[in-house]
Amino acid sequence: MNPETTAHDAPADSGGVVPDEEVAGAPAGSRSAGRGSVWVRVGAAVLVVVLAVGLAYLRSGSGVVVSQAVVTGLLIGGVYGLIAMGLTLIFGVLDIVNFAHGAFLALALYITVSMVDRFGVHPLVALLVAVPVMFGLGAVVQRFLLAGSVGRGLENQLLITLGLSLLIDNGLLLFFGPNPRSVSLPGDQGVELFGAVATVSRILAFGVALVLAALLYLLLQRTRLGTAIRAVAASDSGAQLVGIDTRRIYMVTFAIGTACAGAAGVLVSPLVTIEPTTGELFNIIAFIVVVLGGMGNVLGALVGGLLIGLVEQLGALYLPGQSPLLSVFVVFVLVLFLRPQGLFGRRA
Amino acid sequence: MTATTPRTSGTTAASPLPRPIWRRHLIALAVLTVVLVPLPLVLPDAQQSVAVRVLVFAIMAIGWNVMSGFGGMFSFGHAAYFGLGAYVSVWLLVERGVSPWIGMLAGMVAAAAFALLIGFLSLRYRLKGAYFALATFAFAEMLRLIAVNSDLVNRAVGYNVPLRPGSSWAFIQFAPGSPNYFWIALALTSLALLVSILFLRSRTGRFTLAVRDDEQAAAAVGIPVMRTKLVSIALSAAITSVAGTFYVQYFFFVDPDVAFGSSVSIQAILPAVIGGVATIWGPVVGAAVLGPLNDITATLLRNPPAALDFLQGRAGLDVIVYAVLLILIVLLLPQGIYGAIRERVGRR
Repeated sequence: MNPETTAHDAPADSGGVVPDEEVAGAPAGSRSAGRGSVWVRVGAAVLVVVLAVGLAYLRSGSGVVVSQAVVTGLLIGGVYGLIAMGLTLIFGVLDIVNFAHGAFLALALYITVSMVDRFGVHPLVALLVAVPVMFGLGAVVQRFLLAGSVGRGLENQLLITLGLSLLIDNGLLLFFGPNPRSVSLPGDQGVELFGAVATVSRILAFGVALVLAALLYLLLQRTRLGTAIRAVAASDSGAQLVGIDTRRIYMVTFAIGTACAGAAGVLVSPLVTIEPTTGELFNIIAFIVVVLGGMGNVLGALVGGLLIGLVEQLGALYLPGQSPLLSVFVVFVLVLFLRPQGLFGRRA
Repeated sequence: MTATTPRTSGTTAASPLPRPIWRRHLIALAVLTVVLVPLPLVLPDAQQSVAVRVLVFAIMAIGWNVMSGFGGMFSFGHAAYFGLGAYVSVWLLVERGVSPWIGMLAGMVAAAAFALLIGFLSLRYRLKGAYFALATFAFAEMLRLIAVNSDLVNRAVGYNVPLRPGSSWAFIQFAPGSPNYFWIALALTSLALLVSILFLRSRTGRFTLAVRDDEQAAAAVGIPVMRTKLVSIALSAAITSVAGTFYVQYFFFVDPDVAFGSSVSIQAILPAVIGGVATIWGPVVGAAVLGPLNDITATLLRNPPAALDFLQGRAGLDVIVYAVLLILIVLLLPQGIYGAIRERVGRR
């Protein structure tokens, strides 16, 4: 029903959002259409991705370039997905637009750098420190800074997390200085993957991110804690009525969310230049992914992460000479206007 | 729409003020302006640049306050308007030799037009709260990315203001440390305040408050909601753009980060929040508090007390102080410094 509409306005939508509107527009809003329409949307998203890739191939005229873009995009997209899962969980359960998410990630980057420099450990070992530390920090932040302002207006919490992100970023600047740092993974080399070259560090980051994302999903779906979190997301007064300690759930959820950012920080440490402001970029991307996947939708965030990874890489092919981020923002604005509830709607 | 409707944080100024209050505001403005005129003759050179910075902050925040305080639409992208004011005027000056005064008007028009476009789209698609803030942020970032990558405006290099042989009122250029800079900034700030007082007193200003406090009720009594919102958005952008134009003339330099960076948006928000959102004097009070911080911390770090010796020469402390102040104010004095004082005095 939509190939024609998809074909003629394709260049603008490197990640495939506009045409999706055509498909999803009809059944949107009706809950009864739930399951079925999700598959229609997933199908449409896949179709658009395939078309976008095909078009990128026509534009660049080189298969290697395109497959390189796709592989790189998907690999980093998995990490974006993990970051965004944490952010979207916080939004879905606490209704907080957390501007400090990227700063938490930057903190984890510096934890990794310090551990690697001081003890010479493998960067991934830093997961064992960064994740618990960030979990604890998240719990403290929620309990002491944000708990008081539950239900006190969105701007309030937005400003607090904004202040927190300024505090963390500039704390890092103060203590570690502005000089860029880097972490290298031992034995990091290029590996051929589907006709493209990917470094071991990227593949590892992707793999571990997916494993952690799966664990988080299982935690939410299969454990008592996860059920309680989902209950609070659905209705906090309802959850209170059945005896759930919502204040504890708020704290734990925020902590899990920041732990996700912490884990992602460790994973991306070999891939990026580590500066106090590195987190900002990830913060922006995570927001875009969250809106794309539907605020509060954990699986949507993972899919959205992969899509944004692709958009970033393919966008560089569509708009040569422009920053890859520009295409990400174009897609973001289109999603905001045309489908603010995200591709997959809200479902925490 | 899944976006929750946030209550605006600044509903305190809603009560219709009796007539003499306006006269009191105008008299206060006139007195303050006259009192401040001899300031640069008293202050040493270094302090004078602090005073100018305070005024630039104040103009930005007065602009932000019109849209986000009185209008209740939280903007996280005022860098777009500041940057347009800076770039339009400097482009006209460098490439066409046009006086920055005319550039200032052109920048105001450009900023207002861009704001109308963003505002119309965002309101047309019913973005609210977090979504609205993210959309404004995305547009500012897009402008930054486009500026970084377009030859028309010298890419990431930006512009230096060409030095002229003598001092010139027409080109806002005087000997370094000349009090004229301060007087111009003071005049612009007073004008911005005057405009915001007159706006608030006008019919459209009353409409703006009504729409912010209850959009449906306002629509029901026949207030043109969309037009009212757009007027406050355009006015807000135009005021903030003036700060951009003046900034470039004062510092002789602009690049995409200085003009459109997200820290600029934050600088427009902070004085208003710290001083008092949706109050006439809040942004000025906030700017007076924040402006000197940078200098104080820089002095402190140049000659740190023994306990802080390891911080010598480090950057970042100023923003840390802003950040802590921001968090404390939001948590403890949500109506801001001026707002709190006014409430205290009003109760007596």
